[in-house]
Amino acid sequence: MTATGVTAVRRSGRRAGDNRWTPGWVLRRLPYWLVALFLAGAAFLWIYPFLWMLSASLKDQLEVFASGLGLLPDTPIWDNYQRAWTEAGFGKYLLNTVIVTVVTVVIVVVRCAMAGYVLARYNFRGRKIILTVLIATLFVPTGYTIIPVVEISQRLGLLNSLSGMILALSGGAHVASVLLYLGYFRQVPRELEEAAIVDGAGFLSLFFRVMLPLSVPITATVTLMTFLATWNAFFLPLVFSFSRPDLRTLSVGMLAFVGENSVDWSGMAAAAVISLLPVVLLFILLQRYFVEGIAGAVKQ
Amino acid sequence: MTAAVQSREATVAAPGKNQPPQRGGGVRTTLWIWLFLIPTVVLYGVYTVYPIFASYWFSFVEWNGFEESKTWVGLRNYREVLADPLFWNSFRITALFTVAAVPLKVVASLLVALLLNSPRLPLRNLFRTAFFLPVVTTTAIVGVVMQFVFDPADGPINRLLVKLGVVDQGINFLGDSSTALWTVVGVYSWKWFGVTLIYWLAALQTIPDEVYEAAQIDGAGRLAMLRSITMPLLKPFTIIITLLTLEATLKVFDLMLTMTNGGPFFSTEVVEIYIYRWAFAATVPQLGLASAAAVLFGLFVCVLGLFQLLGIRAARKAGGSR
Repeated sequence: MTATGVTAVRRSGRRAGDNRWTPGWVLRRLPYWLVALFLAGAAFLWIYPFLWMLSASLKDQLEVFASGLGLLPDTPIWDNYQRAWTEAGFGKYLLNTVIVTVVTVVIVVVRCAMAGYVLARYNFRGRKIILTVLIATLFVPTGYTIIPVVEISQRLGLLNSLSGMILALSGGAHVASVLLYLGYFRQVPRELEEAAIVDGAGFLSLFFRVMLPLSVPITATVTLMTFLATWNAFFLPLVFSFSRPDLRTLSVGMLAFVGENSVDWSGMAAAAVISLLPVVLLFILLQRYFVEGIAGAVKQ
Repeated sequence: MTAAVQSREATVAAPGKNQPPQRGGGVRTTLWIWLFLIPTVVLYGVYTVYPIFASYWFSFVEWNGFEESKTWVGLRNYREVLADPLFWNSFRITALFTVAAVPLKVVASLLVALLLNSPRLPLRNLFRTAFFLPVVTTTAIVGVVMQFVFDPADGPINRLLVKLGVVDQGINFLGDSSTALWTVVGVYSWKWFGVTLIYWLAALQTIPDEVYEAAQIDGAGRLAMLRSITMPLLKPFTIIITLLTLEATLKVFDLMLTMTNGGPFFSTEVVEIYIYRWAFAATVPQLGLASAAAVLFGLFVCVLGLFQLLGIRAARKAGGSR
């Protein structure tokens, strides 16, 4: 402990003019650095499964077993990605997932914004009933409605199709998004609305030109949360693609892939990297919004 | 039907209660209002409201899903479910899973949050990112990858354990009915740890710095501050965070199906997997039976939800009028 203190003091000699690295300061700061060191170890273990997966995806199949715990591959092998992309069909699964996610996000944002807007700013017969039903079903999980959802999709001829999957994903839940928009639009001052009406704005242009552009922060949150939920969805895509393997999304494709090739570890790892990379990148770019979206549940 | 409602609407709605800000009615406005609501009403009606009622109806019929015909059997499905030891087994597994995972997650994430909350800690944002990362990843994919990570022969965890000399031979974490459930509890807690962590950090942010500064001037040590400032002020949040975590823990389908598929020997078959097995995975699906199980469990979740509302209300009172 004293040794680190001494070197730290010595280093401070080069930083002319600031007296931060005094022994007292270092001693006071030392606990923080020890905690940080401990947390760094924990954080490494925390993301180790992902690092292991990334490294296995770049090794050849024998090396995955032979090199054991080592993370760095001898020479990166990109064949695994090729195999996962074409032979295992992950290119197709990725496309399906992108289509399903993008369309679902658009539908959810538009329909929740419209519903939230109308419920926030107009008084009409039926408003109370709609609000009550929405709030009463806030916590209904997909697992318990899945059988009727499949049954009605079958009757509507939507069961084995991407559009059916999209409608089911954008239809259930998302009450929280409606409520978010409702809360936001309620705060918008009346004067703004009235000024727009004086300028001759009708119902539609009031919403699309004034209200929707105002609600960008809410739209960002809803987009992000819906994106995450849809990209990661598993139960609905699974039952909607039982008899149509070409409609699988990444999560369903992954389960099918290991069911058929339980020995191809590096192919599995490459497929997992393809599937997870988009969400992980998005998270790293937009981290703050993720965190704020979740923290909101506690702060209310 | 809507037309009738609308025309009545036009005459009635104009003079106002001013609950929501409102503008004068007019048939055109009313028409627009309902046009705006149609997507939500239709989608929500078909995919949430209808299924809730339909699952009650299905629970009273015998139906294999292949044919249209559904035969009314009264309460027979319920009698069969309640007499099925595997249903009670799945209930027990769900309870066990919850009882193990919730305290683990709540307590462990509180400890890390207390460390991360210190403004002087270097690299704290980086740590937060690392702990949160698993949350955004696809649960089903993580479940599959974990099958390999916990592989008895070549998985990295067993390799490490063997190398460290903890065990001679790899442990069959997921293939042994005595360890499978606890392994999934561990992975589940790891996967969703970040959410509870963010809850705690948000709660800690509500405590103003001045309180700590005042205590420091009074000569309070760090432990004293933790015991007599932080902990009491966190109390109302504890209830909310525990309840939020509890509710999330009831949804483990994705992870359980991809990691163990309910096995070995039903030792990890939570209720959702039980329902799935009868509805979709059985050679002759028993959708009536599955619906009865779903209704029973749905009621159970509802009761929990009720407790949740009461708990949050109590927490609000305890935390003063927030």
